[in-house]
Amino acid sequence: MAMTDNQKTFTHDDDSVVVVIGSGAGGGTLANELAQQGIDVVVLEAGALHTTADFLADEWASFAQLAWLDTRTTSGSFRLARDFPTLPAWIVKAVGGTTVHWAGASLRIQPHEFRALTHYGEVEGANLLDWPLGYDDLAPYYDRAEQRMGVTRTNGNKGLPGNNNFKVMYNGAKNLGYACNTGHMAINSEPRDGRAACQQRGFCFQGCKTGAKWSTLYTELPEGIATGHMELRPESHVARIEHDESGRVTAVVYFDADGNEQRQNARLVAVAGNSLETPRLLLNSASEMFPEGLANGSGQVGRNYMRHMTGSVYATFDEPVNMYRGTTMAGIISEESRHDPSRGFVGGYEMETLSLGLPFMAAFLDPGAWGPRFTGALDQYDHMAGMWLVGEDLPQESNRITLNHDVTDRFGLPVANVHYDDHPNDIAMREHGYRQGAELYRSVGAKDIYEVPPYPSTHNVGTCRMSERPEDGVCNGYGQTHQIPNLFISDGSQFTTSAAENPTLTIVSLAIRQAEHIGQLMRQGEV
Amino acid sequence: MSSSPISRRVFLKASGGVLAGTLAFASGPIALLAPTRSWAMPLDNLSSRQGEVLLAVTRQIFPHPDLEDAVYAMVVKSLDRQAESADFYQVLHEGIVELDEAAGGDWLALDDTAQLEILAPMNGKPFFATVRGDAVVSLYDNSLAFAHFGYEGEEGDGGYLTKGFNDLTWLPDPPQPEGGYLPFEEPTA
Ligand SMILES: Cc1cc2nc3c(=O)[nH]c(=O)nc-3n(C[C@H](O)[C@H](O)[C@H](O)COP(=O)(O)OP(=O)(O)OC[C@H]3O[C@@H](n4cnc5c(N)ncnc54)[C@H](O)[C@@H]3O)c2cc1C
Ligand code: SF4
Repeated sequence: MAMTDNQKTFTHDDDSVVVVIGSGAGGGTLANELAQQGIDVVVLEAGALHTTADFLADEWASFAQLAWLDTRTTSGSFRLARDFPTLPAWIVKAVGGTTVHWAGASLRIQPHEFRALTHYGEVEGANLLDWPLGYDDLAPYYDRAEQRMGVTRTNGNKGLPGNNNFKVMYNGAKNLGYACNTGHMAINSEPRDGRAACQQRGFCFQGCKTGAKWSTLYTELPEGIATGHMELRPESHVARIEHDESGRVTAVVYFDADGNEQRQNARLVAVAGNSLETPRLLLNSASEMFPEGLANGSGQVGRNYMRHMTGSVYATFDEPVNMYRGTTMAGIISEESRHDPSRGFVGGYEMETLSLGLPFMAAFLDPGAWGPRFTGALDQYDHMAGMWLVGEDLPQESNRITLNHDVTDRFGLPVANVHYDDHPNDIAMREHGYRQGAELYRSVGAKDIYEVPPYPSTHNVGTCRMSERPEDGVCNGYGQTHQIPNLFISDGSQFTTSAAENPTLTIVSLAIRQAEHIGQLMRQGEV
Repeated sequence: MSSSPISRRVFLKASGGVLAGTLAFASGPIALLAPTRSWAMPLDNLSSRQGEVLLAVTRQIFPHPDLEDAVYAMVVKSLDRQAESADFYQVLHEGIVELDEAAGGDWLALDDTAQLEILAPMNGKPFFATVRGDAVVSLYDNSLAFAHFGYEGEEGDGGYLTKGFNDLTWLPDPPQPEGGYLPFEEPTA
């Protein structure tokens, strides 16, 4: 039985419901938190409903099944624009959003990172800003998110057992004087919350069949539905948000599974379509009153797109590693995540084990490459260990999502164009990370080192950023848009800066905090 | 060749060839999977020779000395399937003609080095990009390749918890709590 079979339903003209767009980390969490307060919610999700039983232990097949494949376009000098011109980002289009494919690394943003401008100072070419909220404001919600997601090494949840890839990282880290452990992961290290313990399948990026890894698909969404206050509508692609003469949003227009246009009235709308689709939707909702798009009085909608400084280091050894066995992110080193400008860049980065199966390794090792160096790496596939570097990239106004009016999707809507240029700070940080990663692996006997360029972006943030002052961003510290009081941003688009850490724990914490705030505003009759 | 797609398809069907070979490594992992040492693969849209050229081209682009032709044939199979489309077929056809012309007749008859000298400058052109782009997926996304390169693919579906996820012994085991705990293990620290 599908989770939607006996759910409460709401009529299209019911204007008392909160409409949440997107069912991933931000939307799925927000919807459940609202429903738990007795607030009626309709979740509109563009993707289809799959269950864990549908998941495929096959990289390309799973990608075809779950990833967002609707066209996007790219521009700018970042290498992805050349390597994957129509696939700038790896995002899931399915119920559960990208929490279906995510790896589970759950790190808190550090206190100083919430105050990037204050701590780093002005950086040329960057549009740095302090978050309108601080670490202490979010700390209680981090606690709740970790509790809810079952993050290891918090709340008494023991660490996951390290796999072979972790063993290599750990020993190298020790040689470099780095602390390293199996990380804070939203993956069950023992049965918990009605879900199994991790079986070390290594298909975390393809959907976790055992449910050991937290995903809104089988936690927040069914819990929300169980309250009787939530309706989930899969295969419902929102085309635009409508407003009345007073400038408050009143309804969303979407295409249902059969491609028919529908209109759902709403008391309040929360957008959580991930950082490419959220600004696209606001821009596509332009009206006479808001010719530049909704909530875009500052002109910042779509700007300051951040994708994290990323890169990978793979190394080969005389002895076998078989890195693909077990959790994809099996070990984390946080020692380079500090802010220490003596390294030649502001901000910092994390080092996290990563493994790809043979098909994805071939696709992502060095896109476009051929010849013996490329094949020599794959010849050593089972003797390979790997890590991903993920660090703070700087907000730049010109890194932005715009509408590409020359290319439309199947509903005739202009697609998102993703423009990105690396900032010199990102490049300096990546070089540093490559060096440290290589040194780590050399210290345990690496033969060949491969510096691997960024994959299609898995972390997408910043395109509707929070700001204290309306002119600097799109929403306030609760995700409420500066311009439209009953329109909220509820996903990673809110991030004022990217920080070094993987974003999802923060997205979930912000959603919990936002739900509480919306509940208060509604009770006070303010929205 | 006729420009009408319908008559061309008839012509192509008639020309559908077969790609055949013998496993080079009698005791390799692929031999264990294969019922017999010799293999044959029918082609629907490409001729036998076109298939042979494309196999050799793929070997040049992605040279794995020990990898069986039977695995490279997966790429030819994938290209053959797409050559159903007239445009796609044309790209392959023209590339092969270009190779042969540069070779003064028969590119396949050249030795490895001479073959590569002709092929390498075609990098960036549609023919090269088409074969490379397909091969980087189709060559490495099949069970024979998995067996060769040592990736367990779908076999990992049930999990490696009791099947070697932490069987690496050439480095010391990390201590606890850093190295974590098995599901049934009581935390000690
Ligand atoms: C392979 C991979 C590994 C990752 N690993 C980690 C990790 O270890 N740690 C970490 O913190 N993060 C990780 N991430 C990132 C993480 O998944 C995202 O940060 C997170 O899911 C983003 O949450 P979100 O709510 O912004 O968007 P999503 O979770 O992407 O949800 C957005 C949803 O909105 C839907 N949608 C979009 N537009 C519309 C529309 N117009 N109408 C209706 N629905 C729409 C989409 O279909 C999607 O389901 C990983 C991502 C990937 C791809
Ligand atoms: S390794 Fe663990 S978390 Fe990842 S898919 Fe398997 S069971 Fe799920």
